[in-house]
Amino acid sequence: MQPILEMRHISKRFPGVLASDNVNISLFPGEILAIIGENGAGKSTLMNILFGLYQPDEGQIFIKGEPVKILNPNQAIAHGIGMVHQHFMLVSPFTVAENIVLGAEPRRGLSLDINKAKKAVSEVSHRYGLRVKPEATIEELPVGVQQRVEILKILYRGAEIIVLDEPTAVLNPQEIKELYAIMQNLTSQGKSIIFITHKLNEVTNISQRVTVMRRGKVMGTVATKDTSPAELANLMVGRQVLLQVQKNPTEVGNTVLAVKDLVTQDLTGEKLLDRVSFEIRAGEILGVAGVEGNGQTELVEVLTGLRRAHSGSVHLNGAEITNFTARQVKERKVGHIPEDRQKRGLELDFTVQENLIFGFHYKPPFAKHGLLNKQGIAQHADRMIEEFDIRTPNSETITRSLSGGNHQKVIIAREMHQEPDLLIASQPSRGVDIGAIEFIHRRIVAHRDAGKAVLLISPELSEVLSLSDRVAVIYEGQIMGIMNSSEVTEEQLGLMMAGIRPENYHPLEERSPVHGR
Amino acid sequence: MADKERKASGLREILVPLGATGLGLVVGAVIIMTIGENPLRAYAALFYGAFGSLDRILGTLTRATPIIITGLAVALPFKAGLFNIGVEGQMLMGALAAAVVGSSFRGLPMLVHLPLAIVAAMVGGGLWAFIPAWLKARRGIHEVINTIMMNFIANAVLAYLVVEVLRTPGEMIPKTPPILSSAVLARFGDSIPGITARLNMGFVLALLAAVALYYLLWRTTTGYEIRAVGLNPKAAEYAGIDVPRRIMLAMVLSGLLAGLAGAERILGFGRTLFLGFSPGFGFEGIAVALLGRNHPVGILLAALLFGALSSGGMRLSFATDVPSDIIVVLQATIIFFVAADQIVRAIIFPKKKGVA
Repeated sequence: MQPILEMRHISKRFPGVLASDNVNISLFPGEILAIIGENGAGKSTLMNILFGLYQPDEGQIFIKGEPVKILNPNQAIAHGIGMVHQHFMLVSPFTVAENIVLGAEPRRGLSLDINKAKKAVSEVSHRYGLRVKPEATIEELPVGVQQRVEILKILYRGAEIIVLDEPTAVLNPQEIKELYAIMQNLTSQGKSIIFITHKLNEVTNISQRVTVMRRGKVMGTVATKDTSPAELANLMVGRQVLLQVQKNPTEVGNTVLAVKDLVTQDLTGEKLLDRVSFEIRAGEILGVAGVEGNGQTELVEVLTGLRRAHSGSVHLNGAEITNFTARQVKERKVGHIPEDRQKRGLELDFTVQENLIFGFHYKPPFAKHGLLNKQGIAQHADRMIEEFDIRTPNSETITRSLSGGNHQKVIIAREMHQEPDLLIASQPSRGVDIGAIEFIHRRIVAHRDAGKAVLLISPELSEVLSLSDRVAVIYEGQIMGIMNSSEVTEEQLGLMMAGIRPENYHPLEERSPVHGR
Repeated sequence: MADKERKASGLREILVPLGATGLGLVVGAVIIMTIGENPLRAYAALFYGAFGSLDRILGTLTRATPIIITGLAVALPFKAGLFNIGVEGQMLMGALAAAVVGSSFRGLPMLVHLPLAIVAAMVGGGLWAFIPAWLKARRGIHEVINTIMMNFIANAVLAYLVVEVLRTPGEMIPKTPPILSSAVLARFGDSIPGITARLNMGFVLALLAAVALYYLLWRTTTGYEIRAVGLNPKAAEYAGIDVPRRIMLAMVLSGLLAGLAGAERILGFGRTLFLGFSPGFGFEGIAVALLGRNHPVGILLAALLFGALSSGGMRLSFATDVPSDIIVVLQATIIFFVAADQIVRAIIFPKKKGVA
């Protein structure tokens, strides 16, 4: 069979970096090809070349056997290539129909023919089984549906080759399942899909073939059914990876964090946290599992002084810290790895050394009498870069230019350098590559082994289960139950994540786990 | 690759304002040609007018002095993510305070009187900035709207007080009583014969202010926090920085600087306050800060350029048929190119395709 798309011997050089090094990929009609690789492996560069955003220095692109030159995204679209970016390119206040036809609007005279647009949109959405209301505005839709709109947008433009750039990063487990169904439906209708990810389980779930990239090179392309996650992981990072975290039992000590009947509300009075109570003891990791948006963010914000509790109490090492300011909480040795490292955790336009003291910048050895101590800051940065293996040209590099994994290492180095009694880690491995995930996990476990308390929040069940000693499940602001992670099954957790408490659930036959590993 | 772009951007930081200035001069040359004059001759006259003699050089520095300070006053809150359009009004209030204190307290020794007048001016500007600062930090009211409104109020207050209350009896135009000799900023011309330029110690204060701003922003924890708030307030909050307080501080410090600009005009340059003493130094400060990329050194250079254009403009209109209005056109064109820096980038770096 002739490939619908071939990229042959593609090389792309940026000053000092070979972003694509003689890359060959091929995509067959009706196929889902997964491209996996760590951050910075060259996946995005390759796709940007395909979409006409970059020109390759060497190599050629063939569509249905014909060599083509793609100079800009419009030409890519004309060749039937459609791309769904990780960050959606939608106009929030516009309707679904308006967004889909944007740039290729049906017109009547000078004005937009909205009825024709709506008809065209419902036609496309029917044909591919992608249900959306054309009249709904984007801002009222959940992310999963917004993504559908993005897919419809490229289908409307006649895409035959669909590139999905890390499409699952923003979705909850249910939405991921729906996306898989959509992808299968599309391929059954003859579309071909390139699926970019760095999550191994997704590759095995959905693709027919996998291309593994590392440092701009293709390490291999294999049929999915002939490979294993372990083999793929090795190809990705070039060494053996411990997918299972090694963890020894430890003695738990005194209660470090005690949260009692914590309630917080939004402006309308709706409860975002509803009588949340739990304790974490020294030498223990408490994991909080749950679908994103069930109060995890608010819980962390209340604990770290970024949001007010309306009632209830928080005690740290026996002393009350309820509604302390962020700085007061930090002063009591609480480390916080925030869920959104770009929005909260870093000043992207600060240098690495400036970020490594962020939040501690006013204290010796970084400052004295309100003056920054350049030398102390630089020495600290060099130590942290070494200890936490932060890959940066030097400590005066602007943080923005580092990769996602290194961003996270900067935060972890900063939050762990004072050896906090309590470490709050919110989605610590979100969007970082496998090598960095492994490093982060080992660090968190080491922190617990050193007799400190850890609160771990993650929507990834496998992460919560493999790291935590105990697991709490949060649903609509309430703790559904807390269990020892060694005794709980993914099925039980899945039900609790869906709002069913353990005491009133009766196992049914043929009930599958909510979230596959 | 992103790393490389970063490194290149440091160079561009300098090249873009330079390129904008060059392009502005090119556009100006075209306009001068359409008037029927030789642009080289015109620019030579302009240059001579600005730097042709010691007196002219000092004149250029004199004209640059207030806009160095107002440029700094715009840059500081900008680093905290705020746009202080109200530097003009804050400067007027500073000038008012300087005029009142400088013309009162006869008999005070200079050592007390001069600092008192300067501090009064700075406090005047600072208080005028405090109002929009508080509204912004505690009530979320946008500082651009606030400060623009405060400018109108400052103008009206100044007009009322100068015409109705402070007016020197027997003067044709309304102006405040002269500054007492114990409160003046000494002029360099007083000790150098043949100098008519009114360059005064305020220029030294402006240079000190530039150094102080640099030191504040990059050497103190307060400056660190101000920059953090400006770049990413959410992250600043996370790091335990009191964002509203830093916003207020940046704004009030800006007001203090604006007041200092007023002090230089009244105590050093004019030695009295008459309405219309400022052709809009506060607004020129916005342009200077923009051209100087909000960096103290950049602001010094940008203010020097604008000062040279203004002081050379007179000579230009005497020596050629080009009206001095061309200066305003030049300034506007330069700022246009700074704001539309993509155009400048496209002209300076034409081959860098694909690197955004």
